[in-house]
Amino acid sequence: MPAPKSERLLNLLIMLLVQRRPIAKDRIRELLYPDSRPDAFEKMFERDKDELRSLGVPVEVASIDPLFEDEVGYRIPPEAFALPDIELTSEEAAVVGIASRVWQHATMAQATTDAVRKLSAAGIDVDLDALEIAQPLLTAEEPAFETCWVAVCERTAIEFDYKRPGADSALTRHVQPWGVVRYSGRWYVVGHDADRGAERVFRLSRVQGPVRTVGPPGAYDVPPDTDVREIARRLAPPTGTEHAVLLVRHGAGHAFRRTADRIESGVTGPDHRSAWDRVEITRPAVGLADDVLAQGADVVLLEPVAIRQRIIARLEQVGR
Amino acid sequence: MTTTRATGAGARDQVARLLMLVPFLHHRDGVRLEEAAALLGTSSEQVLRDLKVLFMCGLPGGLPGDLIDVDLDAIETSEGSPVTEGVIRVENAEYLARPLRLSATEASAVIVALRMLRDTSTGETRALVKQVLRKIEKAVSTAGANHVDVTPSPHDAVQVAQVELTRVLNEAAVAGRQVRLAYFVPSRGEETERVVDPLGVVNHGVFAYLDAWCHRADADRLFRLDRIAKAEVLDSATSTPRRAPRDLDGGLFRDADQPGSAVVTLHLGPEARWATEYYPMREVRPQADGSAVVELVVVDPRWLTRLLMRLAPHATVEGPQEFTESFMATAQETLSLYR
Repeated sequence: MPAPKSERLLNLLIMLLVQRRPIAKDRIRELLYPDSRPDAFEKMFERDKDELRSLGVPVEVASIDPLFEDEVGYRIPPEAFALPDIELTSEEAAVVGIASRVWQHATMAQATTDAVRKLSAAGIDVDLDALEIAQPLLTAEEPAFETCWVAVCERTAIEFDYKRPGADSALTRHVQPWGVVRYSGRWYVVGHDADRGAERVFRLSRVQGPVRTVGPPGAYDVPPDTDVREIARRLAPPTGTEHAVLLVRHGAGHAFRRTADRIESGVTGPDHRSAWDRVEITRPAVGLADDVLAQGADVVLLEPVAIRQRIIARLEQVGR
Repeated sequence: MTTTRATGAGARDQVARLLMLVPFLHHRDGVRLEEAAALLGTSSEQVLRDLKVLFMCGLPGGLPGDLIDVDLDAIETSEGSPVTEGVIRVENAEYLARPLRLSATEASAVIVALRMLRDTSTGETRALVKQVLRKIEKAVSTAGANHVDVTPSPHDAVQVAQVELTRVLNEAAVAGRQVRLAYFVPSRGEETERVVDPLGVVNHGVFAYLDAWCHRADADRLFRLDRIAKAEVLDSATSTPRRAPRDLDGGLFRDADQPGSAVVTLHLGPEARWATEYYPMREVRPQADGSAVVELVVVDPRWLTRLLMRLAPHATVEGPQEFTESFMATAQETLSLYR
């Protein structure tokens, strides 16, 4: 009976890890795949290597004899295989435990948990409840996030449909992603735009539909000293704080009054049912129309004109 | 169900678990089967199966001394079931004594979480987090981690503040102390002050709520944490019996028979679907075209009108009819103010 696959994988790993010199394919076949036909062996061995690599095991190809370069073998260098020694105090280990609860994104949370398990396996005791630190939460609701993140880690080119603000339709963009950055509460992918031949920043929430990977991993190099945070800061459009002018019915609209830059009482309003105040605020444009509409007939937005027009258009569509 | 025969993705996962388990055992004495299962996030049965595979592995050559030795008698009954209390002993596996290095995704996920922690903390905590970051970054230097980054936003700071507020409120609940709240009531658009007997903080959807007895309303009330402007723990003891906070899994308003409340059915267009994540819905029925039909319990009709206005024109009332009328009237009046 052939050995179960997990047994074969682990034996292959141990053999390549323990031998100092690369091991020839014939020898591997003889020891671990003794009963297989040549073509079946080739297929199985290819798959097994890929499977080990997908776990993060560095299976390397090297020439067995420096004098005869065409004779290649396989090995797993121990220094590239194993986690380097990390010394953490119990307090420091607790910090790592807290970090494992920051991600509110399933894949990233799992990746952090796996990392913490490996640290535990290295002899570090991670106590999840030892420290009282208020931990921030990192969210990533954009569907494009995960593919972009993995593409950055693996250096795989991507393409996606992207709609620029104000544009009528989406365009397909081809990008070598250098990094993923959270900036001002939004996720961006930074990279080399193959169509424009220049570095560009794309907001993930504007990506339409799926992100597709193009070509193999490791297809390009990120320019040395690339600071993706700096690029995002430089290239991301200002996050759209707007200066808004509102007419607010006297005694209402406290949500706007609380954060007002300026309030002028007793101005001329759009009706005479009550007195009106003029309220000026500075805030992100996102959701401004929603917040004004929620106040109904108690708040009227005067500026910015573009948002005023959007509010009117939305009201006109009610009941149609 | 897990199958006994490890095939496909199962084999890969099994190898991954063993590469974690062997170093874990190497660094600790007397690890019990159930402890190992807890570390690996799996069952004792699975760990036993994993160890039986390990038992068959070792250095090439196949001589007895070349194989890894696992003391199976200590962790398996004669019927083949796991002994959860049994201590795992593995020998002859020194070459697997160190765990696999972190993958690029694992390393970057941990580092970004730590950076986020660093940038949102202060003082001694910040120094501690920086120290950890230095050590981890040094040990896992991979290409990926250098290219993911976070810059906290005001929104993130709000989340930090809420975690702190949650801690304060839960402590007050445990200690049986009253809390004075400055609370923003959106349906009235005003900030109010009240003294409450806190029961605890509970989560529902994307929001967290304080469940408490409100001495101003003389009733149980839920307060959304992001609307609490100030919370001051008082010296006075709570005056109502201590109870657990309510369980919100069944929805925010299970008491649909509360006087004056009504069940309203809405149709939410694709543009308004996000509301199902943000507002308490009793039922959500997704439709093929990306829209949804939802049911929610409405205690204050003004609240519903505000919600419909916020979502306008992408939400419509399917019933009862009276709510359509009040919403249409508000929309009409508001529009007239723009003319």
